[in-house]
Amino acid sequence: MRAAALRHLKPLPVTEVPVLSMRAFRREILASVEDGWRLVSFHGAGRPDDAVRLTAVLALDSSGELKVLAADPGESYPALTPVCPQAGPFEREIAEQWGVTPEGHPWLKPLRFHGSYRPGHVVWPELAGENIQPSVMDFFDVEGEGIHEVAVGPVHAGIIEPGHFRFHCHGEQVLHLEISLGYQHRGVERALLGGPHPRTIHHMETLAGDTTIGHATTYCRAVEALAGCQAPPRARALRAVSLELERLSNHTGDLGALAGDVGYLPTASFCGRLRGDFLNMTAMLCGSRFGRGLVRPGGVGFDVDAGLTARLLESLEDTCRDVAGAVNLLWETSSVRARFEQTGTVSAAMAVQLGLVGPAARASGREMDVRRDFPADDAHYDDWSIAMLTSGDVMARARVRWLEIQRSAEFIRRCLADLPEGPVRMECGPPAADSLVVSMTEGWRGEIVHVAQTGAAGRFARYKVVDPSFHNWMGLAMALRGQEISDFPLCNKSFNLSYCGHDL
Amino acid sequence: MIRALLERIRQCHRTVVYPAGPPVLPERLRGRPVVTPGACPEGCVECVAACPVGAITRPDGRVHVDLGRCLFCGDCAAACPHGALRFTRDHRLAARTRDDLRTVGGEGPLARALEGRMLSLFGRSLKLRQVCAGGCNACEADTNVLTTVVFDLSRFGIKFVASPRHADGLLVTGPVTGNMALALKKTYDALPDPRLVIAVGACAISGGPYAGHAEARDGADAVVPVDLYIPGCPPHPITILDGLLRLLDRLPAERL
Repeated sequence: MRAAALRHLKPLPVTEVPVLSMRAFRREILASVEDGWRLVSFHGAGRPDDAVRLTAVLALDSSGELKVLAADPGESYPALTPVCPQAGPFEREIAEQWGVTPEGHPWLKPLRFHGSYRPGHVVWPELAGENIQPSVMDFFDVEGEGIHEVAVGPVHAGIIEPGHFRFHCHGEQVLHLEISLGYQHRGVERALLGGPHPRTIHHMETLAGDTTIGHATTYCRAVEALAGCQAPPRARALRAVSLELERLSNHTGDLGALAGDVGYLPTASFCGRLRGDFLNMTAMLCGSRFGRGLVRPGGVGFDVDAGLTARLLESLEDTCRDVAGAVNLLWETSSVRARFEQTGTVSAAMAVQLGLVGPAARASGREMDVRRDFPADDAHYDDWSIAMLTSGDVMARARVRWLEIQRSAEFIRRCLADLPEGPVRMECGPPAADSLVVSMTEGWRGEIVHVAQTGAAGRFARYKVVDPSFHNWMGLAMALRGQEISDFPLCNKSFNLSYCGHDL
Repeated sequence: MIRALLERIRQCHRTVVYPAGPPVLPERLRGRPVVTPGACPEGCVECVAACPVGAITRPDGRVHVDLGRCLFCGDCAAACPHGALRFTRDHRLAARTRDDLRTVGGEGPLARALEGRMLSLFGRSLKLRQVCAGGCNACEADTNVLTTVVFDLSRFGIKFVASPRHADGLLVTGPVTGNMALALKKTYDALPDPRLVIAVGACAISGGPYAGHAEARDGADAVVPVDLYIPGCPPHPITILDGLLRLLDRLPAERL
């Protein structure tokens, strides 16, 4: 018995998920990763008998294939991470949530600093109960003459989310950066159990507030698939428009922030404003700059008329013209290029090993984009061309964003000019019982994956969220190796990862 | 260099007219909710049932709306069969006490200005340290946006600074996760007296969608004393600015 093939957004009866021996499970995953598959989700779920079942979902981007497999590990199993680094954070998460030990994991530390979901089963007995404090653990240690550590956070200098960064330096040079998160942990996955609840959509909208549309869309598609329905075509088009607006605002803001971090103020200043202009377009749709209330199971909460469509298109033209003017200054300015090029390089091999996703992966030559590889429900993204570069540095991550801005704008123009007629929302029934569905969306940071599994009553027995940041934080740590510590803000901004999306 | 100057000329001056003129707000903005008096039949609790966070109650026949809990999602208005509850475009929501946000029918007192020594100290210069304690980055982003050329916060003497040692107050977002409670307290303790705390967003006021979670503390005032509450999920930047300017007595009379 091996993994079961799975289609994106097609529910599979839970009984058809093959449960392998731990040995076969491990072998199947490692062989698949060797063949170019990626781990898109790898998580535990509690069973009625207090045991834990592991489920892994693998994706092959080039052919748009998915497969799923499961195993019962008992209280411990031989870790995958030593031979498959992309399993690293997943196995730490499994250890922390379920108290199952991945034996031989090279980096086995808490991920978010919370108690076990299985009382009495803990991997770190010394860090249980009252003793759990964020970042209280053993950090990586570097020794030698002239070695020093710099600790930053959780409270940072700017208006950003909390996290702890520990730099091991020799002089100005960073030998290693260890990132310790969990400060934003709000217990989202625990709250999702037994859902959908009245608050579930609000948890989705605030999983990572700058990705409201991305997570809400991924969730709604999952529950629609489980209910055997599909949002009306007009709703799907409006979701796609708002998803690209979310990308435009964030990519524009990121390019401005990158300019700010190298002291190039014209672009920083322009983009700070222009980011808001895109947010205002989302607010034109639904009253909220972040798209709150827009995406709902069964469709969208707001429709547009011809007047609003015209105003949106006009605003898009004006804003995109200004963005082009602001961003092109970057490429023409030698002082900017000098700071962006060959800074924070992530090699193609490293991007594959760590399972990076989104613009960070595409900047390191990884040709992957959910919009092309795992299209959701319609032809919106037909002939989608992937924005890809190969240098893997800050410059590449900036240029990928600029390419994506242009393609997203063109996409919105096309979509709004040709909106399907009809309703924007329909009744979405309850989820089917004992089913598993995988829902994926290319959010602006990269691949968002939700795996929903229902129990006998059609309620969530497990709802697993994988924000793109979950994969990519390790990419940032690797990008810093060998850099000067003063390049950290620039490298950090070039990834711009989510703390709350990681911490859940 | 010349291109940067030309682009600057082309993109012009873009700071909003507000507060000298009225704010420009989205047409579909869900601002202050109002309940039409007398429009609710006895016993109707559709809005109460529709609210995902328990912001609406009807203990005495009247509809009570807790603006500190409200996510401004609009589910209550959609559920109201009598058209009694609706969201206006009124962006003014900030209040000085938690109780002022517990309104009857959406109506409650707006934030009063600081008085006496506090006003003379901070009225023309307020330096804030922002602490995100479980916020989803929406309140943070729409606070940060106040520092762009659009809102140009520094024209009011308000600035965000990098250290609590340089700050007169904290602006807190998020429900205050258990993992951030100590850091928030330590940051507050590092501020010199006298000091202010401003809670921005439903999470920081009541826990928002995370109210009641064991992993969080239901808002900033569980850890630090709060002087100004700014509701929303997230509040529109103009709502945040309105709150700050009210506190510092900087709003022109026609904007009050």
